[in-house]
Amino acid sequence: MAGLEFVGVRKTYPNGVQAIHGIDMAVADGEFVVIVGPSGCGKSTLLRMVAGLETVTEGEIRIGDNRVNELEPADRNIAMVFQNYALYPHMSVFDNMAYGLRNRRTPRDEIARRVAEAAGTLQLEGLLDRRPGQLSGGQRQRVAMGRAIVREPEAFLFDEPLSNLDAKLRVQMRLEIKRLQRALGTTSLYVTHDQVEAMTLADRLIVMNAGVAEQIGTPLEIYDAPATLFVAGFIGSPAMNFLPGTVAEDGSGANLDGSERTLPVAPPASAGRGRITVGIRPEHLEPVSREEAVLEVVVELVEALGADSLVHGQLADGGEGMAVTVRVDGARQVAAGEVLSLAVAPNHVHFFDPDSGNRLA
Amino acid sequence: MEKRVVFSKLGLPILLVAPQIIITLVFFIWPASQALYQSVLLEDAFGLKSEFVWLDNFIALFSDPHYLNSFARTVVFSAATAGLSLGVALFLAAMADRVLKGATAYRTLIVWPYAVAPAVAGVLWFFMFNPSIGILAYLLKGIGYDWNHYLDGTDAMILVVLAASWKQVSYNFLFFLAGLQAIPRSLVEAAAIDGARPFKRFWTIVFPLLSPTAFFLLVVNIVYAFFDTFGIVHATTSGGPAQSTTILVYKVFSDGFIGLDLGGSAAQSVILMAVVITLTVFQFRYIERKVAY
Ligand SMILES: Nc1ncnc2c1ncn2[C@@H]1O[C@H](COP(=O)(O)OP(=O)(O)O)[C@@H](O)[C@H]1O
Ligand SMILES: [Mg+2]
Repeated sequence: MAGLEFVGVRKTYPNGVQAIHGIDMAVADGEFVVIVGPSGCGKSTLLRMVAGLETVTEGEIRIGDNRVNELEPADRNIAMVFQNYALYPHMSVFDNMAYGLRNRRTPRDEIARRVAEAAGTLQLEGLLDRRPGQLSGGQRQRVAMGRAIVREPEAFLFDEPLSNLDAKLRVQMRLEIKRLQRALGTTSLYVTHDQVEAMTLADRLIVMNAGVAEQIGTPLEIYDAPATLFVAGFIGSPAMNFLPGTVAEDGSGANLDGSERTLPVAPPASAGRGRITVGIRPEHLEPVSREEAVLEVVVELVEALGADSLVHGQLADGGEGMAVTVRVDGARQVAAGEVLSLAVAPNHVHFFDPDSGNRLA
Repeated sequence: MEKRVVFSKLGLPILLVAPQIIITLVFFIWPASQALYQSVLLEDAFGLKSEFVWLDNFIALFSDPHYLNSFARTVVFSAATAGLSLGVALFLAAMADRVLKGATAYRTLIVWPYAVAPAVAGVLWFFMFNPSIGILAYLLKGIGYDWNHYLDGTDAMILVVLAASWKQVSYNFLFFLAGLQAIPRSLVEAAAIDGARPFKRFWTIVFPLLSPTAFFLLVVNIVYAFFDTFGIVHATTSGGPAQSTTILVYKVFSDGFIGLDLGGSAAQSVILMAVVITLTVFQFRYIERKVAY
């Protein structure tokens, strides 16, 4: 097994589309790294460059200590799980898993042993003679996993492997992938647009936006201190509330646009005296009595999820478009039209420069 | 729910299917039954009266070395034509599939030969290989091969195979390209990651997935070589030299209209009909079984 490294990697497609604008990062041996970002941001492109399915326009990709830019996919000793599984439809499950080993001239009994072992791990024992067309979505997903693990590669690459499954199966397979990766200790690069999947699976996350890695860090680092407005809005569900405002005259708080009240949390000195964007996650706003409140929200709509409810509303004395979402305990009765008094812990208030989008610290 | 149109009277539906039925009757059923009828008759030398002879015409055919010879030649010709046109088309389609950008222009060019009438295609090749004025015959002479399809039976066979295949390549190409493009790219990519080199990928992944198409085309091409190549043979070699390119469909013509042996000629066309029916039935049964893998 081996680590993985990107050094100034860029990709421009022949049609001129610049998909990757320079990525630098090292993935440690055995680490599970998730690349997350909206559709079209270049996640697949990055993964396919590691696999050798796309050329690297500039920079270097290393697996272990070797530069692999010029190597054929076959020579990189990686395995990939595709979104549509890419199982060979004319081969049995056994042959699907054995194909890569046969191509590498693995002895027969060794192939049989490894496939049986993988089939055991993935509960595919009874299905080895079937064709992919005779399997359910979840079973196909397992076969695709099996095909990857029998190879015992240096690294696993996953390109949205769960997005064709229904919600329940997705959660189940997510756990299974995590468990399997832990057990095998194989370096993994996992692409998804689903931030919940990203948060739960990753040792470390790369949040991508338009071909740029906006932030690299552990899920909690990114959740607690998002580096940009984009990351702040993308990671966390429901998304963080963004409230535009200015730094108060004495620097001790933030004046939200259209609001009389000053949010009594001091922005960092780097904010100067200009405009700022205040970010507060829905789960960090807490209903309190009027006297303790720092914000007031007029409730417009309540989504009851059971364990908790999502309250959507407008800042009570705010200007146009000061929408706020609050996550409250499911037992709490909230009705539309009600005014909710809210408090927030100072360490859960984020400040961003509205022009550059960068976090102010 | 299936949608049905209900006709209250019989008139309109009959009117609607009539053209199709009339065409089939006039151009297929009637001549076919005439051939069947003729095949059991023997006409006298002047065509004045004919005699019912049971299966004598067929027995005569199968004891005629010329006919058996022609049968063997037809098998060689069909195998060579189908093999060549399928092979070349598959190669071109695989190339076109790799360079999808230029593919439309490429596809259009490759389809042109199909629009050329068989006789014209025959004449074209006839001129190119003409021993005294043909450009290809001239080039072959340059590398030391004395091409003469007027004298050499093998040369003549090669010429008709080339002329017959050339046209069929475009048809096969279209089907192969469509088949190739229906194979998800990720399958080939998965095979590449699984350590298969391009050639191996083609034979273990792409070709098996293409095999229903290939089988369909094989039958179509054999049927074509058996029945649709009269024009080409007529325009290039007229069956010669020494009957070396007299394939069955040409023999039907030369025995019937030149040799004026109508009974024997009819019997030959009945045999050809039986061959095409067998091939078609075989294909339908096979494809029915093969739809799902
Ligand atoms: N083969 C290609 N040729 C040209 N542009 C491409 C190709 N593949 C992807 N792109 C473009 O590159 C960008 C990134 O695509 P992709 O990596 O597939 O995004 P993601 O996987 O994050 O959704 C997109 O703008 C896409 O249109
Ligand atoms: Mg993608």
